[in-house]
Amino acid sequence: MTSTQSPPRRSRLDNELRAQLAVPSRLSAGGRGGTGFGTFLASLGGTSRSVTAKIVSFAVTIAVALIAALPIVYLSGSNAQVALQALIGGSWGSPQAVAETFVQTIPLLITGLAVALAFHGGIFNIGVEGQLIIGALAAGIVGATQHLPGSLLLLASLASGMIAGALWALIPALLKAYRGVHEVVTTIMMNYIAINISTFAVTTGGPFAAKTQPSATEKVPLDAQLPVITPGTRLHAGLFIAIAVIVILMWVLYRTPAGFRLRLMGANPQAAAATGISLPRTMITAMLGSGAIAGLAGAVQVLGVYGRYFDGFSPGYGYSAIAVALLGALSPVGIAAAALFFGTLDAGAVQLQAVAGISREMVSVVSGLVVAFVAAQPAIFRLLHHLQRTVLAGRTARRAAAPVLPPPINGDNDLISAGLDNKEVL
Amino acid sequence: MRSAAVRLVDISKSYGDVWANKDISLTVEEASIHGLLGENGAGKSTLMKILFGMVSPDSGLLEVNGQPAAFRSSADALEHGIGMVQQHFSLIGTFTVAENLILGRGSQSFGGRWVKRLDLKAAAQRTRELSDRFGFGIDPFALCHDLSVGARQKVEILKALWGGATTLVLDEPTAALSPPEAEELYEVLERLRREGTTVILISHKLPEVMRLCDRVTVLRDGAVVGDREIALAARRPGGQRAAMEADLVQLMIGRERPVVSQRAPRDLPPVLSIRELSDGKRIDGLDLTVNGGEILAIVGVEGNGQSELVELLIGQRKRISGAVELDGTDITALSTKQRFDKGLAHIAEDRHASAIADSMSLTDNASFGFIDGAPFAPTPFWLSRRLRSRFAALLVARQNVRASSPDALIESLSGGNQQKLVVARELARAPRLMIAAQPTRGLDIASTTAVHEALLALRDRGSAVLLLSLDLTEVFTVADRIAVIRGGRIVGESPIATADATQIGQWMSGAASKEPV
Repeated sequence: MTSTQSPPRRSRLDNELRAQLAVPSRLSAGGRGGTGFGTFLASLGGTSRSVTAKIVSFAVTIAVALIAALPIVYLSGSNAQVALQALIGGSWGSPQAVAETFVQTIPLLITGLAVALAFHGGIFNIGVEGQLIIGALAAGIVGATQHLPGSLLLLASLASGMIAGALWALIPALLKAYRGVHEVVTTIMMNYIAINISTFAVTTGGPFAAKTQPSATEKVPLDAQLPVITPGTRLHAGLFIAIAVIVILMWVLYRTPAGFRLRLMGANPQAAAATGISLPRTMITAMLGSGAIAGLAGAVQVLGVYGRYFDGFSPGYGYSAIAVALLGALSPVGIAAAALFFGTLDAGAVQLQAVAGISREMVSVVSGLVVAFVAAQPAIFRLLHHLQRTVLAGRTARRAAAPVLPPPINGDNDLISAGLDNKEVL
Repeated sequence: MRSAAVRLVDISKSYGDVWANKDISLTVEEASIHGLLGENGAGKSTLMKILFGMVSPDSGLLEVNGQPAAFRSSADALEHGIGMVQQHFSLIGTFTVAENLILGRGSQSFGGRWVKRLDLKAAAQRTRELSDRFGFGIDPFALCHDLSVGARQKVEILKALWGGATTLVLDEPTAALSPPEAEELYEVLERLRREGTTVILISHKLPEVMRLCDRVTVLRDGAVVGDREIALAARRPGGQRAAMEADLVQLMIGRERPVVSQRAPRDLPPVLSIRELSDGKRIDGLDLTVNGGEILAIVGVEGNGQSELVELLIGQRKRISGAVELDGTDITALSTKQRFDKGLAHIAEDRHASAIADSMSLTDNASFGFIDGAPFAPTPFWLSRRLRSRFAALLVARQNVRASSPDALIESLSGGNQQKLVVARELARAPRLMIAAQPTRGLDIASTTAVHEALLALRDRGSAVLLLSLDLTEVFTVADRIAVIRGGRIVGESPIATADATQIGQWMSGAASKEPV
């Protein structure tokens, strides 16, 4: 891996250090007095502790949001037990329900990852909704109009969805990188443009309107759609695409130079610039990636669920995605868990209405509460820490026990402010 | 003798092993201007924070107007008539002067806060009265962002007076002011003194201290090293004043010049040459050459272009004219990354702002600038975590950083250990030119020595070091040559062996070349 001859790409590095690096760590750790294995163990400890903290904050946030929703459940004339049973039964009670839960999860998951990618770089991409719509429209148009063999057409549709989403994100990215225009403003505006363009494209008389179905494109040939993976349900192969995006994103974020640049820009843009990272370039790359993933989410919906582009198919996935990304603490695996939670709510909402007699809008209330409590996480944990301290103050015997709770300030809020403050940075 | 407005007796405050203040006693007479001098890190700001109730001392006694006082917060201090004007402005630009003054001073009762009318008219009236009484000449209805910097500084002072302060602490009030604005402020301060207000003035500008202060106390390394009355005769420019200024400089930087190890002069070609460099703002036609095997120290009063010079050198600031050559090649057109590849390294002045990322791990922080190319990223598709972790461990061993593991968050390290990691990382670039801005800020003595030795080793290998330091002791310990920066240009240079502290102090303050203030 390391070599003393000159490879084309090589960091300027002290020769002595370069030589030491080539030696296995057990010998080179030398003066530090720790073996490679010790270091390894220590690293595991550090990682697992922060994972525990993340899981705790995830669970606490959801629990607090659900508790806060209780009074509203009672007000709507039901009780918590019935509501919970209906919700769980409707989302996990039968194979069909489970499949439906996953169907609801997929778009949230992919768009959540799109939001997170930009967020890691301190960019607040609110435009995921618009990128999703444009991506879906492009995939629908390509799928319905191009004449290619089935699987090729499928790939072409997915690719065109990604490209369209990326290009849609490129406009705010360029404005931000070279003109300092705040991305929150531009991406929101781009959302409205995307919604109206897509409506225009498929309304009767529009360039891509179907002849038989109002407000939609023609159907994509069946062999160019994403196949259903469990017969008798709507669960489609988009699930594998979503899992692939998780893996790719983890790899990009934590195992590539580009991901490092992105995370450093998000953590401290000034330090990033001072160590030779081009902020405009990193920002544009991040937005292109985020937009491509959002566009992919749209294409997956079109090719997996509807088989054609429907106007207004998105109930606001791109906005829910922000909640998903924040609840998942921006980590790809956390986002999968968060998406599954929101997917459960969405899938269970039907039963909630039918069995418990609670309006399905109740689910939106819970999502809203989750977002509110994610934003309030630092305050909640400060409160819990305070309680922990005052309640346990008498029992000094347990002093040795390390606090289970994560530190009160979470990266999320810093990221939000970093995203909002980036204007000064550029 | 007038009575004491503020008396501090044997104040001590330590942070870990470091004494920020040690047995400091200080008496400030009523209706006087008392100067507080000292280098950065001498303990001035800690002392003033103690006086303002922001920090509580480990031991010692605080008396205000003859009464013992113990402040738990700055609100306490304000109630005792002590007001502080910070170096940074805290005014809201889109509010008028009067609105800024009454900000946060509403009725304290819960009902009153909601029911009582906001009486802007009365506020404006009071603003005008105060302004007239001290000759501020401030319009209560002016929007703060329309005011000049000098006027804003006056509004800050008004804000302190509004709360009924009889003792004002001013932290470098003229640092951002132009000379005529500073002159106006001096007149305001003199008027305040005539009206019976006590002023404690923290300043680096000797002429200003000489002109205004009745008495001056000099701090060094957390202790009082001198207390001088400034005689009326010394306020006028002339022999007595120059002698006194020289005396104060000696007190500030230490009487005993540290022993410099004998160094063989080396005749290596220049590594860095700067010619007529300007950025159109703070750097104004700067010329400088640093030879290989040489440590050049740039000293100067803070805010005279040091930070801007560094930004220009690393490519983070736009150049208007001039040239920068590294080893004979012009680097002005290169990006920051290309400059690093050419052999530049940079220990940043403000660690948290631009050298580390608090929320990232030690390993990640050790990798800044090494993430492209072998050994860590031989292709753009792979960045080895294992190798970076090993690299971090090596750096940790080299500079003796105390850290629990390479995966620990950099936040969990003490400031000194963070700085040691940054130094180790920058040295690992095998630099031809090391730009070291305050490289030992916040380090204890052992770590400071380690950093100095690393810089000297770099120099002995034939690299050049550009050291920016506010600590003259450090400069005399490691530098071969000293250059003084003022107003964005080099105003004096001298080999360290023949450097004269008095002369340097005069270059820094501009006392020798400028018309008397």
